[in-house]
Amino acid sequence: MSDIATRVSYGNALKELGASAENLVVLDADLAGATMTKTFKDEYPDRFIDCGIAESNMMGVAAGLARDGLVPFVSTFAIFAAGRAFEQVRNSVCYPNLNVKIGATHAGISVGEDGATHQAIEDIALMRAVPNMTVISPADDVEARAAVRAAYEWQGPVYLRFGRLAAPKVYEEDGFEFEIGKGHLLRSGKDLTLIATGLEVSQALGAASLLAEQGIEAEVIDIATIKPLDDALILESVKKTGRAVTVEEHSVIGGLGSAICELLAGCEPVPVCRIGINDEFGQSGKGWQLIEKYGLDQNGIAEKTLEFLQSLQKG
Amino acid sequence: MKVEELKRKANDIRKDIIREVYLASSGHPGGSLSAADIFTVLYFDKMNIDPANPADPNRDRFVLSKGHCAPGYYAALAERGFFDREELDHLREFGHILQGHPDCKHIPGVDMSSGSLGQGISSAVGMALSAKLQKRPSRVYTLLGDGELEEGQVWEAAMFAAAKKLGNLTVIVDNNNLQIDGPLSEVNSPYPIDEKFRSFGFDVSVVEDGNDIEALKAALDSAGSEDIPRAIIACTTKGKGVSFMENQAGWHGKAPNEAQMKAALDELEAEGELS
Repeated sequence: MSDIATRVSYGNALKELGASAENLVVLDADLAGATMTKTFKDEYPDRFIDCGIAESNMMGVAAGLARDGLVPFVSTFAIFAAGRAFEQVRNSVCYPNLNVKIGATHAGISVGEDGATHQAIEDIALMRAVPNMTVISPADDVEARAAVRAAYEWQGPVYLRFGRLAAPKVYEEDGFEFEIGKGHLLRSGKDLTLIATGLEVSQALGAASLLAEQGIEAEVIDIATIKPLDDALILESVKKTGRAVTVEEHSVIGGLGSAICELLAGCEPVPVCRIGINDEFGQSGKGWQLIEKYGLDQNGIAEKTLEFLQSLQKG
Repeated sequence: MKVEELKRKANDIRKDIIREVYLASSGHPGGSLSAADIFTVLYFDKMNIDPANPADPNRDRFVLSKGHCAPGYYAALAERGFFDREELDHLREFGHILQGHPDCKHIPGVDMSSGSLGQGISSAVGMALSAKLQKRPSRVYTLLGDGELEEGQVWEAAMFAAAKKLGNLTVIVDNNNLQIDGPLSEVNSPYPIDEKFRSFGFDVSVVEDGNDIEALKAALDSAGSEDIPRAIIACTTKGKGVSFMENQAGWHGKAPNEAQMKAALDELEAEGELS
Protein backbone atom coordinates (compact mmCIF):
# COMPACT_ATOMS: atom_id res chain seq x y z
CA MET A 1 0.00 0.00 0.00
CA SER A 2 1.15 3.53 -0.70
CA ASP A 3 1.31 6.37 1.79
CA ILE A 4 -2.12 7.31 3.12
CA ALA A 5 -3.29 10.30 5.16
CA THR A 6 -4.40 9.21 8.61
CA ARG A 7 -7.70 11.06 8.12
CA VAL A 8 -8.40 8.64 5.26
CA SER A 9 -7.49 5.76 7.56
CA TYR A 10 -9.98 7.21 10.07
CA GLY A 11 -12.84 7.10 7.57
CA ASN A 12 -11.92 3.60 6.45
CA ALA A 13 -11.65 2.31 10.00
CA LEU A 14 -15.05 3.77 10.91
CA LYS A 15 -16.61 2.06 7.94
CA GLU A 16 -15.00 -1.26 8.85
CA LEU A 17 -16.09 -0.96 12.47
CA GLY A 18 -19.59 0.08 11.47
CA ALA A 19 -20.35 -3.40 10.17
CA SER A 20 -20.20 -5.03 13.59
CA ALA A 21 -20.38 -2.09 16.02
CA GLU A 22 -24.07 -1.28 15.91
CA ASN A 23 -23.85 1.27 18.74
CA LEU A 24 -21.30 3.33 16.84
CA VAL A 25 -22.52 6.67 15.47
CA VAL A 26 -20.50 9.31 13.66
CA LEU A 27 -20.95 13.06 14.06
CA ASP A 28 -19.42 15.70 11.85
CA ALA A 29 -19.60 19.47 11.56
CA ASP A 30 -20.01 20.03 7.83
CA LEU A 31 -16.59 18.58 7.01
CA ALA A 32 -17.38 14.97 6.11
CA GLY A 33 -15.49 15.21 2.82
CA ALA A 34 -12.38 16.50 4.59
CA THR A 35 -12.40 14.50 7.82
CA MET A 36 -13.28 11.51 5.59
CA THR A 37 -16.23 10.46 7.72
CA LYS A 38 -17.97 10.53 4.36
CA THR A 39 -16.64 7.00 3.91
CA PHE A 40 -18.80 5.94 6.87
CA LYS A 41 -21.72 8.17 5.88
CA ASP A 42 -22.00 6.57 2.44
CA GLU A 43 -22.25 3.11 3.98
CA TYR A 44 -24.30 3.89 7.10
CA PRO A 45 -26.31 7.08 6.48
CA ASP A 46 -28.71 6.34 9.35
CA ARG A 47 -25.87 6.40 11.86
CA PHE A 48 -24.25 9.55 10.51
CA ILE A 49 -25.30 12.84 12.08
CA ASP A 50 -24.30 16.07 10.42
CA CYS A 51 -24.35 18.73 13.12
CA GLY A 52 -23.54 21.61 10.83
CA ILE A 53 -21.06 24.33 11.64
CA ALA A 54 -21.65 24.24 15.39
CA GLU A 55 -18.88 22.32 17.12
CA SER A 56 -19.75 23.28 20.68
CA ASN A 57 -23.24 21.85 20.31
CA MET A 58 -21.88 18.82 18.47
CA MET A 59 -19.67 17.93 21.43
CA GLY A 60 -22.61 18.26 23.82
CA VAL A 61 -24.87 16.19 21.58
CA ALA A 62 -22.18 13.49 21.55
CA ALA A 63 -22.13 13.58 25.35
CA GLY A 64 -25.90 13.04 25.42
CA LEU A 65 -25.66 10.16 22.96
CA ALA A 66 -22.87 8.53 24.97
CA ARG A 67 -24.78 8.96 28.22
CA ASP A 68 -27.50 6.93 26.57
CA GLY A 69 -25.23 4.03 25.60
CA LEU A 70 -24.16 4.90 22.06
CA VAL A 71 -20.49 5.30 21.05
CA PRO A 72 -20.18 8.58 19.16
CA PHE A 73 -17.12 9.43 17.08
CA VAL A 74 -17.14 13.22 16.87
CA SER A 75 -15.26 14.56 13.90
CA THR A 76 -13.97 17.94 12.86
CA PHE A 77 -10.65 19.70 12.43
CA ALA A 78 -8.38 19.58 15.49
CA ILE A 79 -8.48 23.35 15.85
CA PHE A 80 -12.26 23.20 16.42
CA ALA A 81 -12.42 19.90 18.34
CA ALA A 82 -9.78 20.81 20.89
CA GLY A 83 -9.92 24.59 20.54
CA ARG A 84 -13.44 25.81 19.86
CA ALA A 85 -15.09 23.06 21.85
CA PHE A 86 -12.48 22.78 24.60
CA GLU A 87 -14.79 23.53 27.47
CA GLN A 88 -17.50 21.25 26.13
CA VAL A 89 -14.91 18.47 25.94
CA ARG A 90 -13.87 19.22 29.49
CA ASN A 91 -17.23 19.68 31.18
CA SER A 92 -19.73 17.72 29.07
CA VAL A 93 -17.49 14.80 28.06
CA CYS A 94 -14.54 14.32 30.40
CA TYR A 95 -16.01 15.37 33.75
CA PRO A 96 -18.80 12.78 33.45
CA ASN A 97 -16.22 10.43 31.84
CA LEU A 98 -18.48 9.68 28.88
CA ASN A 99 -17.63 7.28 26.12
CA VAL A 100 -17.07 9.90 23.43
CA LYS A 101 -14.32 9.47 20.81
CA ILE A 102 -13.03 12.63 19.18
CA GLY A 103 -11.61 12.17 15.68
CA ALA A 104 -9.63 15.38 15.17
CA THR A 105 -8.25 15.70 11.68
CA HIS A 106 -6.06 18.35 10.02
CA ALA A 107 -3.82 18.61 13.07
CA GLY A 108 -0.49 20.42 13.02
CA ILE A 109 1.05 22.72 10.44
CA SER A 110 0.94 20.12 7.68
CA VAL A 111 -2.62 21.37 7.12
CA GLY A 112 -0.72 23.61 4.74
CA GLU A 113 -2.41 26.18 2.53
CA ASP A 114 -5.25 27.10 4.92
CA GLY A 115 -2.66 28.75 7.12
CA ALA A 116 -2.29 29.51 10.82
CA THR A 117 -5.99 29.83 11.70
CA HIS A 118 -6.56 26.20 10.81
CA GLN A 119 -3.28 24.69 12.03
CA ALA A 120 -3.80 23.22 15.49
CA ILE A 121 -0.44 23.21 17.26
CA GLU A 122 -1.80 23.32 20.82
CA ASP A 123 -4.34 20.50 20.76
CA ILE A 124 -2.20 17.84 22.45
CA ALA A 125 -1.43 20.28 25.26
CA LEU A 126 -5.11 21.11 25.73
CA MET A 127 -6.41 17.56 25.54
CA ARG A 128 -3.84 15.85 27.71
CA ALA A 129 -4.41 18.36 30.50
CA VAL A 130 -8.00 17.21 31.00
CA PRO A 131 -8.63 14.38 33.50
CA ASN A 132 -10.10 11.13 32.08
CA MET A 133 -8.92 11.96 28.55
CA THR A 134 -6.75 9.57 26.52
CA VAL A 135 -4.69 11.12 23.70
CA ILE A 136 -3.56 9.16 20.65
CA SER A 137 -1.56 10.45 17.67
CA PRO A 138 -0.92 7.61 15.21
CA ALA A 139 2.02 7.55 12.80
CA ASP A 140 0.61 6.02 9.65
CA ASP A 141 -2.31 4.21 8.08
CA VAL A 142 -1.78 0.88 9.83
CA GLU A 143 -1.41 2.47 13.24
CA ALA A 144 -4.29 4.91 12.66
CA ARG A 145 -6.77 2.18 11.80
CA ALA A 146 -5.63 0.13 14.78
CA ALA A 147 -5.98 3.19 17.01
CA VAL A 148 -9.58 3.76 15.90
CA ARG A 149 -10.45 0.14 16.70
CA ALA A 150 -8.71 0.41 20.08
CA ALA A 151 -10.50 3.68 20.85
CA TYR A 152 -13.83 2.02 20.16
CA GLU A 153 -13.01 -0.79 22.60
CA TRP A 154 -11.72 1.65 25.25
CA GLN A 155 -14.16 2.83 27.92
CA GLY A 156 -14.03 6.60 28.24
CA PRO A 157 -13.12 9.67 26.21
CA VAL A 158 -10.38 9.41 23.60
CA TYR A 159 -8.83 12.17 21.49
CA LEU A 160 -7.52 10.82 18.17
CA ARG A 161 -5.20 13.12 16.23
CA PHE A 162 -5.05 12.70 12.47
CA GLY A 163 -3.26 14.54 9.67
CA ARG A 164 -4.22 15.89 6.30
CA LEU A 165 -1.09 14.85 4.38
CA ALA A 166 -0.34 11.35 3.17
CA ALA A 167 1.71 9.87 6.02
CA PRO A 168 4.78 7.87 4.94
CA LYS A 169 4.33 4.21 5.70
CA VAL A 170 5.96 3.05 8.94
CA TYR A 171 4.29 -0.27 9.70
CA GLU A 172 3.41 -3.48 7.92
CA GLU A 173 -0.08 -4.73 8.57
CA ASP A 174 1.10 -8.27 9.27
CA GLY A 175 2.01 -8.81 12.87
CA PHE A 176 1.26 -5.22 13.89
CA GLU A 177 -0.10 -4.90 17.40
CA PHE A 178 -1.55 -1.82 18.97
CA GLU A 179 -2.37 -1.27 22.59
CA ILE A 180 -3.41 2.06 24.09
CA GLY A 181 -0.59 3.25 26.35
CA LYS A 182 2.10 1.20 24.62
CA GLY A 183 4.72 2.70 22.31
CA HIS A 184 6.75 0.96 19.64
CA LEU A 185 10.52 0.63 19.57
CA LEU A 186 11.34 1.04 15.88
CA ARG A 187 15.12 1.18 15.84
CA SER A 188 17.76 0.35 18.41
CA GLY A 189 20.67 2.60 19.20
CA LYS A 190 22.91 3.54 22.10
CA ASP A 191 23.70 7.24 21.61
CA LEU A 192 20.36 8.93 22.07
CA THR A 193 16.61 8.27 22.09
CA LEU A 194 14.51 9.89 19.39
CA ILE A 195 10.90 9.93 20.52
CA ALA A 196 8.34 10.97 17.93
CA THR A 197 4.59 11.01 17.38
CA GLY A 198 2.25 11.18 14.38
CA LEU A 199 3.66 12.14 11.01
CA GLU A 200 7.01 12.83 12.71
CA VAL A 201 7.64 9.15 13.36
CA SER A 202 8.57 8.60 9.71
CA GLN A 203 10.76 11.69 9.77
CA ALA A 204 12.51 10.60 12.95
CA LEU A 205 13.29 7.24 11.33
CA GLY A 206 14.74 9.08 8.33
CA ALA A 207 16.78 11.29 10.65
CA ALA A 208 18.11 8.22 12.46
CA SER A 209 19.41 6.89 9.13
CA LEU A 210 21.11 10.22 8.41
CA LEU A 211 22.65 10.27 11.88
CA ALA A 212 23.90 6.69 11.40
CA GLU A 213 25.87 7.88 8.39
CA GLN A 214 27.75 10.09 10.84
CA GLY A 215 28.30 7.27 13.27
CA ILE A 216 25.51 8.23 15.67
CA GLU A 217 23.23 5.41 16.71
CA ALA A 218 19.80 6.78 17.55
CA GLU A 219 17.13 4.64 19.14
CA VAL A 220 13.70 5.53 17.69
CA ILE A 221 10.45 5.20 19.61
CA ASP A 222 6.95 5.86 18.29
CA ILE A 223 4.76 7.24 21.04
CA ALA A 224 1.27 7.11 19.59
CA THR A 225 -0.43 7.29 22.97
CA ILE A 226 0.71 10.54 24.51
CA LYS A 227 -1.58 9.96 27.48
CA PRO A 228 -1.20 7.60 29.21
CA LEU A 229 2.49 7.57 28.36
CA ASP A 230 4.48 4.34 28.01
CA ASP A 231 6.78 5.20 30.92
CA ALA A 232 8.53 1.83 30.96
CA LEU A 233 9.56 1.86 27.31
CA ILE A 234 10.82 5.44 27.47
CA LEU A 235 12.73 4.98 30.72
CA GLU A 236 14.37 1.76 29.60
CA SER A 237 15.68 3.47 26.48
CA VAL A 238 16.77 6.70 28.13
CA LYS A 239 18.59 4.84 30.91
CA LYS A 240 20.66 3.27 28.15
CA THR A 241 21.23 6.34 25.95
CA GLY A 242 21.34 9.12 28.53
CA ARG A 243 19.71 11.76 26.30
CA ALA A 244 16.47 12.27 24.42
CA VAL A 245 15.15 14.23 21.47
CA THR A 246 11.39 14.59 21.08
CA VAL A 247 9.76 15.34 17.73
CA GLU A 248 6.20 16.46 17.13
CA GLU A 249 4.16 18.52 14.74
CA HIS A 250 2.89 20.60 17.66
CA SER A 251 4.09 23.44 19.86
CA VAL A 252 7.10 22.62 22.01
CA ILE A 253 4.92 23.84 24.87
CA GLY A 254 2.64 21.24 26.36
CA GLY A 255 2.85 18.41 23.83
CA LEU A 256 4.84 15.20 23.56
CA GLY A 257 8.11 16.94 24.47
CA SER A 258 6.60 18.36 27.61
CA ALA A 259 5.08 15.02 28.56
CA ILE A 260 8.47 13.33 28.18
CA CYS A 261 10.19 16.05 30.22
CA GLU A 262 7.58 15.70 32.97
CA LEU A 263 8.31 11.98 33.13
CA LEU A 264 12.10 12.24 33.01
CA ALA A 265 12.35 15.16 35.43
CA GLY A 266 10.78 12.98 38.07
CA CYS A 267 12.91 9.87 37.80
CA GLU A 268 15.58 9.98 35.09
CA PRO A 269 16.74 13.56 34.61
CA VAL A 270 18.69 13.56 31.36
CA PRO A 271 19.15 16.34 28.79
CA VAL A 272 16.16 16.61 26.44
CA CYS A 273 15.90 18.53 23.18
CA ARG A 274 12.30 19.28 22.15
CA ILE A 275 11.78 19.62 18.42
CA GLY A 276 8.44 21.12 17.42
CA ILE A 277 6.88 24.48 16.64
CA ASN A 278 8.78 27.04 18.69
CA ASP A 279 5.99 29.10 20.24
CA GLU A 280 4.94 30.72 17.00
CA PHE A 281 2.06 30.49 14.54
CA GLY A 282 2.33 28.70 11.21
CA GLN A 283 1.58 30.15 7.79
CA SER A 284 0.26 29.18 4.36
CA GLY A 285 2.27 26.92 2.11
CA LYS A 286 2.33 23.32 0.97
CA GLY A 287 2.28 20.85 3.82
CA TRP A 288 5.70 19.35 3.23
CA GLN A 289 7.12 22.80 2.54
CA LEU A 290 6.01 23.87 6.02
CA ILE A 291 7.31 20.68 7.63
CA GLU A 292 10.69 21.55 6.15
CA LYS A 293 10.48 25.25 6.99
CA TYR A 294 9.87 24.48 10.67
CA GLY A 295 12.68 21.93 10.77
CA LEU A 296 10.39 18.94 11.13
CA ASP A 297 11.59 16.93 8.13
CA GLN A 298 14.28 14.27 8.48
CA ASN A 299 17.07 16.69 7.58
CA GLY A 300 15.89 19.32 10.05
CA ILE A 301 15.60 16.73 12.81
CA ALA A 302 19.07 15.32 12.10
CA GLU A 303 20.57 18.80 12.07
CA LYS A 304 18.92 19.85 15.32
CA THR A 305 19.95 16.57 16.94
CA LEU A 306 23.58 17.10 15.96
CA GLU A 307 23.49 20.62 17.39
CA PHE A 308 22.04 19.22 20.59
CA LEU A 309 24.72 16.56 20.87
CA GLN A 310 27.44 19.13 20.20
CA SER A 311 26.04 21.50 22.84
CA LEU A 312 26.19 18.65 25.35
CA GLN A 313 29.84 17.98 24.49
CA LYS A 314 30.71 21.64 24.95
CA GLY A 315 28.82 21.73 28.24
CA MET B 1 -50.67 13.78 41.53
CA LYS B 2 -53.41 16.25 42.45
CA VAL B 3 -52.69 19.95 42.22
CA GLU B 4 -53.07 20.48 45.97
CA GLU B 5 -50.58 17.73 46.70
CA LEU B 6 -48.18 19.15 44.14
CA LYS B 7 -48.42 22.55 45.80
CA ARG B 8 -47.52 21.02 49.15
CA LYS B 9 -44.60 19.22 47.51
CA ALA B 10 -43.34 22.46 45.98
CA ASN B 11 -43.54 24.04 49.40
CA ASP B 12 -41.51 21.16 50.89
CA ILE B 13 -38.92 21.61 48.15
CA ARG B 14 -38.66 25.33 48.93
CA LYS B 15 -38.04 24.59 52.59
CA ASP B 16 -35.39 22.05 51.59
CA ILE B 17 -33.70 24.68 49.40
CA ILE B 18 -33.48 27.17 52.25
CA ARG B 19 -32.10 24.55 54.66
CA GLU B 20 -29.62 23.18 52.12
CA VAL B 21 -28.16 26.54 51.19
CA TYR B 22 -28.11 27.71 54.81
CA LEU B 23 -26.20 24.59 55.92
CA ALA B 24 -23.82 24.83 52.95
CA SER B 25 -23.27 28.57 53.57
CA SER B 26 -23.25 28.95 49.80
CA GLY B 27 -25.31 28.02 46.76
CA HIS B 28 -28.05 29.50 44.64
CA PRO B 29 -31.42 30.03 46.35
CA GLY B 30 -32.98 32.61 43.97
CA GLY B 31 -33.20 30.50 40.82
CA SER B 32 -33.85 27.31 42.79
CA LEU B 33 -36.93 28.93 44.34
CA SER B 34 -38.18 30.30 41.02
CA ALA B 35 -37.92 26.82 39.50
CA ALA B 36 -39.32 24.85 42.47
CA ASP B 37 -42.75 24.51 40.87
CA ILE B 38 -41.20 23.35 37.60
CA PHE B 39 -39.14 20.68 39.41
CA THR B 40 -42.29 19.60 41.24
CA VAL B 41 -44.49 19.20 38.19
CA LEU B 42 -41.76 17.32 36.32
CA TYR B 43 -40.71 14.94 39.09
CA PHE B 44 -44.09 14.37 40.76
CA ASP B 45 -46.46 14.50 37.86
CA LYS B 46 -45.07 14.53 34.39
CA MET B 47 -41.94 12.42 34.07
CA ASN B 48 -41.96 8.68 33.56
CA ILE B 49 -39.32 7.73 36.13
CA ASP B 50 -38.78 5.12 38.79
CA PRO B 51 -36.44 5.91 41.71
CA ALA B 52 -35.97 2.16 42.20
CA ASN B 53 -34.70 1.83 38.64
CA PRO B 54 -32.95 5.11 37.83
CA ALA B 55 -31.15 3.62 34.80
CA ASP B 56 -34.24 2.32 33.01
CA PRO B 57 -33.43 2.96 29.32
CA ASN B 58 -37.04 3.84 28.58
CA ARG B 59 -37.35 6.47 31.33
CA ASP B 60 -37.81 10.15 30.63
CA ARG B 61 -34.69 12.28 31.06
CA PHE B 62 -34.07 15.64 32.66
CA VAL B 63 -31.02 17.85 32.24
CA LEU B 64 -30.65 20.88 34.50
CA SER B 65 -28.92 23.13 32.03
CA LYS B 66 -29.01 25.93 34.61
CA GLY B 67 -26.96 23.65 36.82
CA HIS B 68 -26.42 26.21 39.58
CA CYS B 69 -30.02 25.61 40.67
CA ALA B 70 -28.90 22.24 41.98
CA PRO B 71 -30.37 22.87 45.47
CA GLY B 72 -33.88 22.81 43.99
CA TYR B 73 -33.09 19.85 41.76
CA TYR B 74 -31.54 17.84 44.62
CA ALA B 75 -34.53 18.58 46.83
CA ALA B 76 -36.89 17.25 44.14
CA LEU B 77 -34.76 14.11 43.64
CA ALA B 78 -34.57 13.46 47.39
CA GLU B 79 -38.29 14.11 47.92
CA ARG B 80 -38.98 11.71 45.05
CA GLY B 81 -36.84 9.03 46.70
CA PHE B 82 -33.74 8.88 44.51
CA PHE B 83 -31.50 9.25 47.55
CA ASP B 84 -31.74 9.77 51.30
CA ARG B 85 -33.03 13.20 52.35
CA GLU B 86 -30.22 13.27 54.89
CA GLU B 87 -27.85 14.04 51.99
CA LEU B 88 -29.52 17.44 51.61
CA ASP B 89 -27.81 18.48 54.86
CA HIS B 90 -24.45 18.04 53.13
CA LEU B 91 -24.78 20.09 49.97
CA ARG B 92 -21.37 21.24 48.69
CA GLU B 93 -19.67 19.50 51.57
CA PHE B 94 -16.33 17.72 51.23
CA GLY B 95 -16.72 13.95 51.04
CA HIS B 96 -20.44 14.01 50.18
CA ILE B 97 -22.22 13.33 46.93
CA LEU B 98 -24.12 16.59 46.40
CA GLN B 99 -21.61 18.61 44.39
CA GLY B 100 -22.04 22.34 43.82
CA HIS B 101 -23.36 21.51 40.36
CA PRO B 102 -25.08 18.29 39.20
CA ASP B 103 -22.77 15.26 38.91
CA CYS B 104 -24.26 12.26 37.11
CA LYS B 105 -21.43 9.98 38.18
CA HIS B 106 -22.25 10.14 41.87
CA ILE B 107 -25.80 11.39 42.41
CA PRO B 108 -28.61 8.87 41.86
CA GLY B 109 -31.24 10.21 39.48
CA VAL B 110 -29.05 12.87 37.88
CA ASP B 111 -29.14 12.17 34.14
CA MET B 112 -26.30 14.50 33.16
CA SER B 113 -23.55 16.52 34.77
CA SER B 114 -24.11 20.18 34.07
CA GLY B 115 -23.40 23.65 35.31
CA SER B 116 -21.39 25.36 32.62
CA LEU B 117 -24.19 27.39 31.08
CA GLY B 118 -25.28 26.57 27.55
CA GLN B 119 -23.98 23.01 27.64
CA GLY B 120 -26.85 21.12 29.25
CA ILE B 121 -29.28 21.77 26.43
CA SER B 122 -26.87 20.17 23.95
CA SER B 123 -26.61 16.97 25.96
CA ALA B 124 -30.41 16.94 26.34
CA VAL B 125 -30.66 17.26 22.57
CA GLY B 126 -28.20 14.36 22.27
CA MET B 127 -30.40 12.24 24.55
CA ALA B 128 -33.51 13.12 22.53
CA LEU B 129 -31.69 12.19 19.35
CA SER B 130 -30.55 8.93 20.94
CA ALA B 131 -34.13 8.03 21.93
CA LYS B 132 -35.21 8.69 18.38
CA LEU B 133 -32.35 6.65 16.86
CA GLN B 134 -32.98 3.78 19.26
CA LYS B 135 -36.78 4.04 18.95
CA ARG B 136 -37.34 4.53 22.65
CA PRO B 137 -40.41 6.27 24.08
CA SER B 138 -38.39 8.62 26.30
CA ARG B 139 -39.14 12.34 26.45
CA VAL B 140 -36.25 14.61 27.36
CA TYR B 141 -36.77 17.75 29.44
CA THR B 142 -34.20 20.42 30.03
CA LEU B 143 -34.45 23.52 32.18
CA LEU B 144 -32.57 26.65 31.16
CA GLY B 145 -32.14 29.97 32.87
CA ASP B 146 -33.19 33.07 30.97
CA GLY B 147 -29.74 34.61 31.39
CA GLU B 148 -28.33 31.34 30.05
CA LEU B 149 -29.97 32.16 26.72
CA GLU B 150 -27.15 34.66 26.22
CA GLU B 151 -24.83 31.69 25.57
CA GLY B 152 -24.50 31.06 21.83
CA GLN B 153 -24.46 27.29 22.29
CA VAL B 154 -28.14 27.40 23.33
CA TRP B 155 -29.05 28.57 19.85
CA GLU B 156 -26.76 26.06 18.15
CA ALA B 157 -28.63 23.39 20.09
CA ALA B 158 -32.06 24.89 19.34
CA MET B 159 -31.32 25.09 15.61
CA PHE B 160 -30.13 21.49 15.59
CA ALA B 161 -33.10 20.15 17.61
CA ALA B 162 -35.58 21.63 15.16
CA ALA B 163 -33.57 20.56 12.11
CA LYS B 164 -33.46 16.97 13.37
CA LYS B 165 -37.20 17.08 14.19
CA LEU B 166 -36.76 16.19 17.86
CA GLY B 167 -40.41 16.27 18.89
CA ASN B 168 -39.46 14.35 22.05
CA LEU B 169 -37.59 17.34 23.47
CA THR B 170 -39.10 19.92 25.82
CA VAL B 171 -37.02 22.96 26.65
CA ILE B 172 -38.27 24.91 29.65
CA VAL B 173 -36.99 28.43 30.31
CA ASP B 174 -37.12 29.70 33.88
CA ASN B 175 -37.79 33.29 32.91
CA ASN B 176 -37.36 35.11 36.23
CA ASN B 177 -35.92 38.14 34.49
CA LEU B 178 -32.88 38.51 36.73
CA GLN B 179 -29.27 37.50 36.26
CA ILE B 180 -26.28 38.09 38.52
CA ASP B 181 -25.59 41.63 37.38
CA GLY B 182 -29.23 42.69 37.38
CA PRO B 183 -32.35 42.64 35.17
CA LEU B 184 -31.78 40.84 31.87
CA SER B 185 -32.51 43.89 29.75
CA GLU B 186 -29.84 45.87 31.59
CA VAL B 187 -27.20 43.20 30.97
CA ASN B 188 -27.69 41.72 27.50
CA SER B 189 -31.30 41.08 26.63
CA PRO B 190 -32.24 37.69 25.20
CA TYR B 191 -35.80 39.03 24.61
CA PRO B 192 -38.11 38.32 22.86
CA ILE B 193 -37.56 34.76 24.06
CA ASP B 194 -40.78 33.25 22.67
CA GLU B 195 -40.24 34.71 19.22
CA LYS B 196 -36.64 33.54 19.18
CA PHE B 197 -37.58 29.94 19.91
CA ARG B 198 -40.48 30.15 17.43
CA SER B 199 -38.17 31.38 14.70
CA PHE B 200 -35.76 28.55 15.54
CA GLY B 201 -38.54 26.10 14.74
CA PHE B 202 -40.01 25.35 18.17
CA ASP B 203 -43.60 24.96 19.23
CA VAL B 204 -43.70 27.64 21.95
CA SER B 205 -46.01 28.12 24.94
CA VAL B 206 -45.70 30.99 27.35
CA VAL B 207 -46.86 30.32 30.91
CA GLU B 208 -47.74 33.75 32.27
CA ASP B 209 -47.37 32.57 35.86
CA GLY B 210 -44.61 30.01 35.84
CA ASN B 211 -45.04 29.49 39.58
CA ASP B 212 -48.63 28.35 39.10
CA ILE B 213 -48.61 24.55 39.30
CA GLU B 214 -51.86 24.20 37.40
CA ALA B 215 -50.72 26.41 34.53
CA LEU B 216 -47.38 24.58 34.31
CA LYS B 217 -49.16 21.25 34.32
CA ALA B 218 -51.48 22.38 31.54
CA ALA B 219 -48.57 23.57 29.40
CA LEU B 220 -46.61 20.35 29.91
CA ASP B 221 -49.69 18.18 29.37
CA SER B 222 -50.73 19.71 26.07
CA ALA B 223 -49.95 17.36 23.22
CA GLY B 224 -47.26 18.50 20.84
CA SER B 225 -46.18 17.41 17.40
CA GLU B 226 -43.99 14.37 16.89
CA ASP B 227 -41.59 16.32 14.74
CA ILE B 228 -41.37 19.69 16.46
CA PRO B 229 -39.45 20.35 19.67
CA ARG B 230 -41.29 22.27 22.37
CA ALA B 231 -40.28 25.33 24.34
CA ILE B 232 -42.14 26.44 27.44
CA ILE B 233 -41.31 29.91 28.62
CA ALA B 234 -42.25 29.97 32.29
CA CYS B 235 -42.48 33.54 33.59
CA THR B 236 -41.43 33.09 37.19
CA THR B 237 -40.43 35.14 40.20
CA LYS B 238 -36.85 34.80 41.33
CA GLY B 239 -36.75 33.86 45.02
CA LYS B 240 -40.46 32.87 44.89
CA GLY B 241 -42.01 32.06 48.26
CA VAL B 242 -39.63 34.01 50.47
CA SER B 243 -40.74 37.63 50.48
CA PHE B 244 -37.35 39.20 51.11
CA MET B 245 -35.72 37.12 48.37
CA GLU B 246 -38.34 37.75 45.70
CA ASN B 247 -37.17 39.74 42.68
CA GLN B 248 -33.80 40.42 44.27
CA ALA B 249 -30.77 39.72 42.05
CA GLY B 250 -28.68 39.73 45.23
CA TRP B 251 -30.17 36.36 46.24
CA HIS B 252 -28.93 34.68 43.08
CA GLY B 253 -25.97 33.06 44.77
CA LYS B 254 -26.02 33.96 48.45
CA ALA B 255 -26.81 31.88 51.51
CA PRO B 256 -29.15 33.20 54.22
CA ASN B 257 -27.81 33.72 57.74
CA GLU B 258 -29.51 31.98 60.65
CA ALA B 259 -32.12 34.67 61.23
CA GLN B 260 -32.91 34.90 57.52
CA MET B 261 -33.15 31.12 57.30
CA LYS B 262 -35.62 31.02 60.20
CA ALA B 263 -37.68 33.87 58.77
CA ALA B 264 -37.77 32.16 55.37
CA LEU B 265 -38.80 28.82 56.86
CA ASP B 266 -41.51 30.48 59.00
CA GLU B 267 -42.91 32.14 55.91
CA LEU B 268 -42.89 28.92 53.92
CA GLU B 269 -44.39 27.01 56.84
CA ALA B 270 -47.27 29.47 57.04
CA GLU B 271 -47.75 29.29 53.27
CA GLY B 272 -47.77 25.47 53.46
CA GLU B 273 -50.51 25.50 56.09
CA LEU B 274 -52.66 27.75 53.92
CA SER B 275 -52.41 25.51 50.86
